[in-house]
Amino acid sequence: MAMLNVKDLRVNYGVIPALKGISFEVNEGEVIALIGANGAGKTTILHTVTGLVEAVSGTIEFEGTDITKVPAHKIVAMGMAHVPEGRRVFPDMTVYQNLMLGAYTRKDAAEKQQTLESVYDHFPRLKERAKQQAGTLSGGEQQMLAMGRALMSKPKLLLMDEPSMGLSPILVSEIFTIIEEVSREGTTVLLVEQNARKALSIADRAYVLETGSITLTGSAKELLSNDNIRKAYLGEA
Amino acid sequence: MVSFINYLINGLSLGSIYAIIAIGYTMVYGIAKMLNFAHGDVIMVGAYIAFSVITTAHLPVACGVLAAIFGCMLIGICIEKIAYKPLRHAGSSLAVLITAIGVSYFLQNVALLIFSSNPKMFTPIIPMTMMTIQFGVFRVQTISLVSITVSIVLVLLLQLFINKTRPGQAMLACAQDRGAASLMGISVNGTISLTFAIGSAMAGIAGVLLCSAYPTLSPYTGAMPGIKAFVAAVFGGIGSIPGAMIGGLLLGVIEIMGKTYISSQLSDAIVFAVLIIVLLVRPTGLLGKKVQEKV
Repeated sequence: MAMLNVKDLRVNYGVIPALKGISFEVNEGEVIALIGANGAGKTTILHTVTGLVEAVSGTIEFEGTDITKVPAHKIVAMGMAHVPEGRRVFPDMTVYQNLMLGAYTRKDAAEKQQTLESVYDHFPRLKERAKQQAGTLSGGEQQMLAMGRALMSKPKLLLMDEPSMGLSPILVSEIFTIIEEVSREGTTVLLVEQNARKALSIADRAYVLETGSITLTGSAKELLSNDNIRKAYLGEA
Repeated sequence: MVSFINYLINGLSLGSIYAIIAIGYTMVYGIAKMLNFAHGDVIMVGAYIAFSVITTAHLPVACGVLAAIFGCMLIGICIEKIAYKPLRHAGSSLAVLITAIGVSYFLQNVALLIFSSNPKMFTPIIPMTMMTIQFGVFRVQTISLVSITVSIVLVLLLQLFINKTRPGQAMLACAQDRGAASLMGISVNGTISLTFAIGSAMAGIAGVLLCSAYPTLSPYTGAMPGIKAFVAAVFGGIGSIPGAMIGGLLLGVIEIMGKTYISSQLSDAIVFAVLIIVLLVRPTGLLGKKVQEKV
């Protein structure tokens, strides 16, 4: 059974349909990429899965439980963490406070400390800047903080929205290396990216989204060699 | 000189009451992103609760103070749940603002219905024999010292609560980004309720202090201090708790000094003139953050 199972999901913004019946699944241990152009509905999918946006119809199941109507603040305790588009770290709080908010639903202080150490292992920069205000960090550091904050909840499924946005190619590679590490440690990853080449390079499977519908799906390898994909998303003639 | 220092203490005392009210305003604004214009009337409700318990029911002062605090807390939570929460997703801050004005009139009229428009003499919480304290050449009203001390203690406790506790961190997170806060597992509705509870409890305390210093209590008692405290919150930088504290104290001092040395009729005009000048120079208030956009 799939870890995350989305069936015929429809979402409207006002009268405008944003998702026109989306179905996909994420199996345990996979890295799944959702790729597509700006405005295709990628972010809306993640927002609907974590309860920030309400679905008109369709179902979302996480580990066999229907979470379609579960509000956002109850999702993280179920084992799903969302790294939102634009990082959305808490700018007036320190790096450490931000990370601790990531573990807001967890009670055991010793376990939290252990997770904090492992987050610092992934992102030594965050340890150096622990006492700094998050708003003063660079874009790359904020992305690391947003990821670290999500990992503080020890998620089974990590949802990542445009981690490469606004970052230099070197930082993008660094972030994607860490996503691979996190995946190797057993966390399932659902990745939304405009940078299709990068996303497909680390994904197992991918779904291609066009104006609210999934138009293509397959293993990352197949999609990388698909001519239409190469033209539309990989910038090749 | 002696009288100047006495006026200064009176100003700080009135200012500390404004500060306690202003902190409630500023917290609600920071977290719920709304101006709760009924906040001033919660002060009046608190004072009437204390009046009923102490003067009418002849119970000890402590009971009256506690009843005012918890009564206001409950009323604050109910106001938010019944009047403001249904409008939270309406997308119009104007609707909430008008509702808040409506709640303000509602509270005043309920008080009018129960207690009539005749002012009541509030029994000060300080016993008659201890009304003033003599420090050498200074004779200070005890309630002034109590007000100043209470406001300092409240601000320190609040800072501790916000920076060191889990619900406090949740409040900070909601103030900065509600969506991201809910992704952390924080219940935004719960946090807003908590904010109203704390702000209203402080309004209850302010009501008791205010009516102990100025003992006539009417259904309109809270209106003017409410507006002054709003001014204090804007003055200090709305959303900032230390700003509300400083704004409140300054406002109290300016008001009393203006009354004493310039004109007692013009004192309110002076207070608002100072606000306008401060806002012209620093549009975000004394401690308000500059709005910066990151590209």
